[in-house]
Amino acid sequence: MSDLVEVRGVTKVYRRGGERIEVLHNVDLDIPRGDFLALMGPSGSGKTTLLNLIGGLDTPTAGSIVVDGQRIDRLNGRELARWRAAHVGFVFQFYNLLPMLSAQRNVELPLLLTDLPARERRRHAEIALALVGLADRARHRPRELSGGQEQRVAIARAIVSDPTLLVCDEPTGDLDRATAEEILTLLRMLNREHGKTIVMVTHDPKAADHASRRVHLDKGTLVTAAA
Amino acid sequence: MRYLPLLWAGLFRRKTRTALTLASVLIAFLLFGLLQAVELAFESGADTADARRLLTTARYSIIEPLPMAYLRRIEQVPGVVGVAFADWFGARYQNESNAFPVFAVDPARYLDMYPEFTIAPDQREAFARTRTGAVAGVRLVERYGWRIGQKLPIASEIHAKSDGSMAWEFDLVGVLDADDPAVRGNTDVVLVNVAHFDEARQFGKGKTGWYIVRIADPAQARVIAAEIDRRFMNSPDETKTQPEKEFAIGFARQIGDMGALVTRILAAVFFTILILTGNTMAQSIRERIPELAILKTLGFSDGKVTALVLAEAVLLLVIGAVLGLTGATAVLPVVNGSTGGRFPPLFVGTGIWLVGLAIAVALAVAVGLPPALRARRLRIVEALGGHR
Repeated sequence: MSDLVEVRGVTKVYRRGGERIEVLHNVDLDIPRGDFLALMGPSGSGKTTLLNLIGGLDTPTAGSIVVDGQRIDRLNGRELARWRAAHVGFVFQFYNLLPMLSAQRNVELPLLLTDLPARERRRHAEIALALVGLADRARHRPRELSGGQEQRVAIARAIVSDPTLLVCDEPTGDLDRATAEEILTLLRMLNREHGKTIVMVTHDPKAADHASRRVHLDKGTLVTAAA
Repeated sequence: MRYLPLLWAGLFRRKTRTALTLASVLIAFLLFGLLQAVELAFESGADTADARRLLTTARYSIIEPLPMAYLRRIEQVPGVVGVAFADWFGARYQNESNAFPVFAVDPARYLDMYPEFTIAPDQREAFARTRTGAVAGVRLVERYGWRIGQKLPIASEIHAKSDGSMAWEFDLVGVLDADDPAVRGNTDVVLVNVAHFDEARQFGKGKTGWYIVRIADPAQARVIAAEIDRRFMNSPDETKTQPEKEFAIGFARQIGDMGALVTRILAAVFFTILILTGNTMAQSIRERIPELAILKTLGFSDGKVTALVLAEAVLLLVIGAVLGLTGATAVLPVVNGSTGGRFPPLFVGTGIWLVGLAIAVALAVAVGLPPALRARRLRIVEALGGHR
């Protein structure tokens, strides 16, 4: 299986006031295509920072990141935005849906950046919502949905433009155990049946059990990589 | 168009706040429409609607009287088909607060000049025949419960009788009305027969306030007006003749420079709107920082997010402007009706619409740019901190 993501010697430094904070230090990581990787570690270990770098939300201070053959650390803001729209789906702990839009409109958002006509956008959104089991909630607004349903809408939004890579930051961190299981099962299904490569940050070992692989970060350094 | 649902949803995220802001923008542009229409009317020249009537007054001040002897000389000017005159009485009825226009007129000439007013033929005949006669507008008759045949005691602030008294008495012989409801709404007037008035007053005999001149061809208004004034040039009582509408404009301008007044009022109004909507937009965008960060996460570029915020401001201001100008367009016919056509018609024309919409867009750019730039500078990782 070829690597979809290649992280080489990545260091990330933040400056807060006069202080230099090294959040990641010389990280190397390969993520094969079709992998479901759990990124684990204590708070402040740098796992969300690494996820942001892989998802193109931030750029490294040093090192290189190649995703699907493209050096994303060399892209400027505009190019990175275009790249994210085409290649990455994002799932967050607090769902981050736009509260004034219906589930369907939320799912359609990434498609506004494509050339698809309105009818096609609507059809794609319906398919994505059906895939996450929420076809009957298309017209509901986020506040009319449960936490689990909101996260399903967020997942539908993440997959609607058929990205290669899904990056998930604590996707079950705000859910009860049963709902969390449903979401993780859904992610696993997307990984196994639809071939999505998933990188998931989690604190929860039970959540990490759903991944095919897990890596641990501590103090900005990759400490273990376990199958 | 594809972003319209997103813009709309963002705009009405806080319905009450947006509705109140929209209402204030609406009021501002309603005022803009109304005041611009007034200014336009004040600035505009005569049009053919009223251009068959000219007003001849003293050259330097309309309060200076003119000799009644001018009547025949004006009638001789080519193109003139009728002449009437009127003198301001300065009336008070019963007490100081009951003031209404009273004009001393030649009955037949004046009523011929203003055919929009109606009067029963026998009453018209009685008015012309009775030297102490007066006719009152129907609104005054209804307001004070006057009856034909009664004495009408009216005091003048200007004209004393030959015995020095300011108290006059006329015989009410008729009622002025109008078929057009708008003109009927303007019948707060009394006409008195100049025959008795001129004979009985202490000063100013043989003089009148102004002439109303009917002409055959409105296109000749300027030429005829110039000819009338030329005939009295270098006399002790030089004249100034102008279309009736211009006279009304000049009369109203005695209040002040309407253009400057309107500009100052609107500047204050729009400055307030600038502050108000600026604050609303800033607050709205501040609340939506995580949502804008999500849009950027999904691949919306900095430029696109900036444009969305600006477009939202434009949408807010343009909707308010369109509603306000539509309101002004709807209200002005009512205002025009209530003036009875005596003043230039007020209307919101294409020019006012275009200027109004241009102002709305300019205001939107002014209030939308600071939050739009803030949205542009937004860093996803920082903006999503605590919202992930």
